Amino acid sequence: MTLLSRGLIAASAIALSAAATPVMAKTFIYCSEASPEGFDPAPYTAGSTFDASAHPVYNRLTEFKKGTTEVEPGLAERWEVSEDGTVYTFKLRPGVKWHSNDKFTPTRDMNADDVVFSFERQADANHPWNQYIPGLSYEYYNSMDMPKLVKSVEKVDDLTVKVTLNQPEAPFLANVAMPFMSILSKEYADALEAAGTKEDLNNAPIGTGPFKFVAYQKDAVIRFQKNPDYWGTAPLIDDLVFAITPDAAVRLQKLKAGECHLMPYPAPADIEAIKADPNLKLDEQAGLNVGYLAYNTTVAPFDNPKVRKALNMAINKQAIVDAVFQGAAEPAKNPIPPTMWSYNDAIQDDPYDPEAAKAALAEAGVENLQMEIWAMPVQRPYMPNARRTAELMQEDLSKAGVQASIVSYEWGEYLSKSMDPGRAGAVILGWTGDNGDPDNFLSVLLSCASATEGGANRAFWCNEEFSNLLQQAKVTSDPAERTKLYEQAQVIFKEQAPWFTIAHSTQYVPMRQNVTGFVMSPLGDYTFETVDITE
Amino acid sequence: MIRFILSRLLYLVPTFIGITIIAFSFPRFLAGDPVLLMAGERGVTPERHAELSAQLGYDKPLVLQYFDFLGRLLHGDMGTSLVTKKPVLAEFLSLFPATVELGLVAIFIAVLLGVPIGVIAAIKRGSWFDQLSMTGALVGFSMPIFWWGLLLIIFFSGYLGWTPVSGRISLMYFFPNVTGFMLIDSLISGQDGAFASAVQHLILPSIVLATIPLAVIARQTRSAMLEVMSEDYVRTARAKGMPRRRVIGVHALRNALIPVVTTIGLQIGVLLAGAILTETIFSWPGIGKWMIDSISRRDYPAVQSGLLLIAGVVMVVNLLVDLTYGLINPRIRHR
Repeated sequence: MTLLSRGLIAASAIALSAAATPVMAKTFIYCSEASPEGFDPAPYTAGSTFDASAHPVYNRLTEFKKGTTEVEPGLAERWEVSEDGTVYTFKLRPGVKWHSNDKFTPTRDMNADDVVFSFERQADANHPWNQYIPGLSYEYYNSMDMPKLVKSVEKVDDLTVKVTLNQPEAPFLANVAMPFMSILSKEYADALEAAGTKEDLNNAPIGTGPFKFVAYQKDAVIRFQKNPDYWGTAPLIDDLVFAITPDAAVRLQKLKAGECHLMPYPAPADIEAIKADPNLKLDEQAGLNVGYLAYNTTVAPFDNPKVRKALNMAINKQAIVDAVFQGAAEPAKNPIPPTMWSYNDAIQDDPYDPEAAKAALAEAGVENLQMEIWAMPVQRPYMPNARRTAELMQEDLSKAGVQASIVSYEWGEYLSKSMDPGRAGAVILGWTGDNGDPDNFLSVLLSCASATEGGANRAFWCNEEFSNLLQQAKVTSDPAERTKLYEQAQVIFKEQAPWFTIAHSTQYVPMRQNVTGFVMSPLGDYTFETVDITE
Repeated sequence: MIRFILSRLLYLVPTFIGITIIAFSFPRFLAGDPVLLMAGERGVTPERHAELSAQLGYDKPLVLQYFDFLGRLLHGDMGTSLVTKKPVLAEFLSLFPATVELGLVAIFIAVLLGVPIGVIAAIKRGSWFDQLSMTGALVGFSMPIFWWGLLLIIFFSGYLGWTPVSGRISLMYFFPNVTGFMLIDSLISGQDGAFASAVQHLILPSIVLATIPLAVIARQTRSAMLEVMSEDYVRTARAKGMPRRRVIGVHALRNALIPVVTTIGLQIGVLLAGAILTETIFSWPGIGKWMIDSISRRDYPAVQSGLLLIAGVVMVVNLLVDLTYGLINPRIRHR
């Protein structure tokens, strides 16, 4: 008998026994969709990277309450904000233990030095840990405007840190709950520097989180182990394993075969089959995202709100949701999703009414309008098929007497060309929230400040009243007060119609029937400290 | 023989320079600015764009960038991945064994099945076996790999449950990566059932990867055999009353194998191309999947050095095939 045939026989024996017995108790296997770029959360931007680094391994000063976008205490037990809203004094949680690995054993608990270190290495380009790997850039720290915002970060005592801002900014507490503000151990960094292996900060992470990092084999598997000393509620599973499986169809096959317990991002076409499978269950939630069509509000006739309103009435939104999203979305009426606080549900959407649209266009003196619709070349969480969406819009618009042509560019080019102020067409694009704060949608996408080069306001819509409301909300720390301001802003948005709001896509999480305790995150994070496997 | 080897080696120099140019320019011909792709929907200010481009060295003229690349290459520096910030060579080396393991098993299957199928089809020319196998070869050759792989997964792993869906070994097993070859590492680990699990995980991906080379080898063997069988010396051997088995095995097959060996060598390139899709379907952590990821992220250093390394491997293998060819066919090396 050859070695191979012997192996084959043994293999089929294993296959049989594997089918008969469930996967090893308390080892939870997650079929993740992509390899992490690294294990230091600060230099990266991909959600799949944070799922493997920031969420299992690290904590932040503040955290998002599970299943919500509300901010709750994390490594900071509590905090005080000065009268003028510019000084945040964080009181750190005592007795928080760092992980250890075979090369590092911590001698002290988490303290203010670690917090200062975690801010400064990103803020100061000359910090010895800013470029610990040449070519690192801190994209999130920059794009959340932290360099402009943070004046200083000081240690007051071992368990007190004072952060001074240049201006009051209510979303700051949500910013520090984001993955890029994970708190790393300064003691570990010092030890790595002494050993001459600085890059291990990115390869062998030491954190305070619910799971300890064990091993990573590139493009294949990441292993974590329960942190028995976790300061929060200890995880219910012993081992957490990520089986990296980039193809959605293969992920589903693995889930069905019991090779993993839970998977992200199923293909929309598979949803029905998942629902029908007795071994699987499906969690769903409206995603923290929006897909939109942005007019160029600086170019005639799109500078006229009446024209934009008329065009909005000409497009059949429900048809797009049904055909393109296959029903896995909620038609959008506001620029922020319904899961976000301050969502103004009182707002009425523009009705689909081609005749009224035609009449409104005639009234505005617009005849034989020709326009471009830009369709992005890639699939995004908020837009499964922009080309198809554009085709549906084109058809609808033609019924209202508007001739639309569809254009597209390579993704990078699309992103930059769509920010050209002289752009002719209306652009299909979207946004996925970073921190659950309405400011992260409204200011980034629709404020006057972001209607400039380097911004993301692709409607180039600058409405003083709207922008002032956002500014006011930004410097107000009372959430109830902020809610009112954002609700008002949404009213102006609807009246002015800089966008045709398309949809908020639904997030689906398929899992095995025996998985309990998984909480979907509106931010799209996959976290496992609360999951368990029942027999 | 030494002159033959030297002349072959000399050919490598211009080829190598050509490859550096292609490897360098290919990712740059793809539209797409890595900085813009990194920034995504958010956008990036012109200042920050310039800053990041400068940091990555993409603000310089292309010619300068090329000589930069070449200069560092000669010092053995293949650059650092923009995404993972790790040396490209280290990444390549950590993933390459997985591809080699899969490729070797696939080519083993392709030769083991392809040569006998070709020989039998030639001997029984026009028979049902000939027609069936050559139709099969045509289908196999034109099979879209991605679809074929998914089909096998759905049937054998999903429906029958005989094989695992993807990966290199069951996640139950956890042992150090010594050689990078799972079959060897699982044996070294001494863990019960680890080797069997590794074999089991190899079955579907290697069948998928072997499909095209198997078809090509079978067809090539058949046509080479047919040609040789009509040669005078085979007729003479037959006329002498030599047993049929000996005529086919010694006189015909040995000579027919010469073009087949070349074909097998050429299949290495096909294997590496096929590996890109096969690895993506089966979540096989090899260089194929790595190249796809790098291309979609416009990770220039990874793409250019990766292409270079892959081309280098193909070149070396082809050189070895040339040399083998010289060994089995003495006429070649005297030319």
